[in-house]
Amino acid sequence: MIKYIKSLLLKLISIAVIVYLMIPIAVIIIFSFNKPKRFQNTSWNQFSFDAWTNICRDQTICRALGTSLKVGLFVTIVSTIFGVLISFAITRHKFKGKAATNLFVFLPLATPEVILGASLLALFLNVFIPLGFWTILIAQITFTISFVVVVMNARLAGMDPRLEQAAMDLYATPFQTFRYVTFPLALPGILAAALISFSLSIDDFIVTSFNRGGVVTFPIYIWSAAQKGIPPQVNVISSIMFLGSLLLVLLAGLISKNRKLKQV
Amino acid sequence: MSIVQESIPVKIKVKKNKTAYYLILPGIGWLVLFFLVPFFTLLATSLQKPAGTTPDDGYLPALRFSNYSSALSEYYPQFFRSFVFSGIATVVCLLLAYPIAYYMATKATKYRNLMLVLIVAPFFASYLLRTNAWKTILSGDSFVVSILNSLNLLPDGRILNTPIAVIAGLVYTFLPFMILPLYASLEKIDIRLIEAAGDLYASPRQSFLNVVWPLSLPGVVSGTLLTFIPASGDYINAELLGSINDKMIGNVIQSQFIDLRNYPTASALSFTFMALILVLVYLYISRAGTDELV
Repeated sequence: MIKYIKSLLLKLISIAVIVYLMIPIAVIIIFSFNKPKRFQNTSWNQFSFDAWTNICRDQTICRALGTSLKVGLFVTIVSTIFGVLISFAITRHKFKGKAATNLFVFLPLATPEVILGASLLALFLNVFIPLGFWTILIAQITFTISFVVVVMNARLAGMDPRLEQAAMDLYATPFQTFRYVTFPLALPGILAAALISFSLSIDDFIVTSFNRGGVVTFPIYIWSAAQKGIPPQVNVISSIMFLGSLLLVLLAGLISKNRKLKQV
Repeated sequence: MSIVQESIPVKIKVKKNKTAYYLILPGIGWLVLFFLVPFFTLLATSLQKPAGTTPDDGYLPALRFSNYSSALSEYYPQFFRSFVFSGIATVVCLLLAYPIAYYMATKATKYRNLMLVLIVAPFFASYLLRTNAWKTILSGDSFVVSILNSLNLLPDGRILNTPIAVIAGLVYTFLPFMILPLYASLEKIDIRLIEAAGDLYASPRQSFLNVVWPLSLPGVVSGTLLTFIPASGDYINAELLGSINDKMIGNVIQSQFIDLRNYPTASALSFTFMALILVLVYLYISRAGTDELV
């Protein structure tokens, strides 16, 4: 009986934590259907589809979103390539300074974002690099590489190296082994890493705010709008991004589940 | 599934040649240039002196160590507050995260993946909007606050613009960073060890304290670090949910750097902050007795 109550309690706490994590997201989605009384979209006024049917009414919102998507694309490509290469070296090769490399790659994750942003700004100011689009790219690539490496390491460590050995034993060239064995096995990890660096980039505020110059990304727009009121269109865009990514992740989960079932 | 089969050591074939260096070169080169070098420019900037009377005149290279003493004597309350707020938030996160991580690792086999997705789901919605949503939830006329008020639970009659709101915001923001590493380390625990403890007449309490908790320590250490470090540097929660008296060190660094363009003071604060974090992390890891971080 006591055991039953304990496990029920554990279940209830878990559900409560999940609900707690979901509450603000529910608020974001609900308030995308609000027609605010004045500028502040913080108290419920009237149900309306206005914001959903007219997302780009304020052009600055969509321009900021466009900038963020462009930055995100560049950042994802560069940091995924850099991070995947490092991860291959760490998990598949033996070399002098491997432990040091591992630690060094981990350090940006253990550095508060303000420090990352501030130190990069100090660099740009001292060597007179003008702030703007390119400095945002540099800053975001710097902090996303480590996330890519961590995700890829987990994936590659779980890959059976005997599969590659088998390919080699069957006279596959190193390139063929990579093309037909290593790469397909690593691909889900690469995609996951890319997705993570894209979402980190598109949502980054702190590091970007230090190095942006006059460029306005989507989070920067939200921050500057927060004072006089965030328009419901921002909630619409955020809701779409949220539901879209959730769908993508659930779909990926289903596909990999199906594949596993087929293999059995 | 037999034990023997699982424990056959797989010899990982490692290649020993120069390829590894070519592989790490672009990424590590990038990090040296844009992560390591900036710390030196930050240090250099923190010692500069103003060239004129306004920020527009710029700053000149110097060795003005007084930047540090004046910055610290003015802003030590914000330093202190940052570490207290993020310390409390980390403890609350641990208390909330442990049960759910344990539940996912041991009980919820069917819903495990769905729960994992829901735990990372907040990252898919804008961080600023999520924090701003708490402003709506905790505002004076909201349903949560009126309930708490009718129960006389709030001494000031409000949550927004109090330290509680800032800490609650930090807990919310960084909770997934605590749950995930905890879950990863709890999931690795062989359930048979817990059963064995029970068979040897350990009470549930004893088997938790002597078996589960020690084995989950790597997760506890990395979870607390992944929560404490970013939380102490965060300034969004303090800015949106706190009052002027709840500002953290991130707020000061941000406004000194970007609004006031007082680069030497801002750099001195950043450098001191980084040094304090490193000392705290070092002390913590050496006490926790584990170096297994990644």
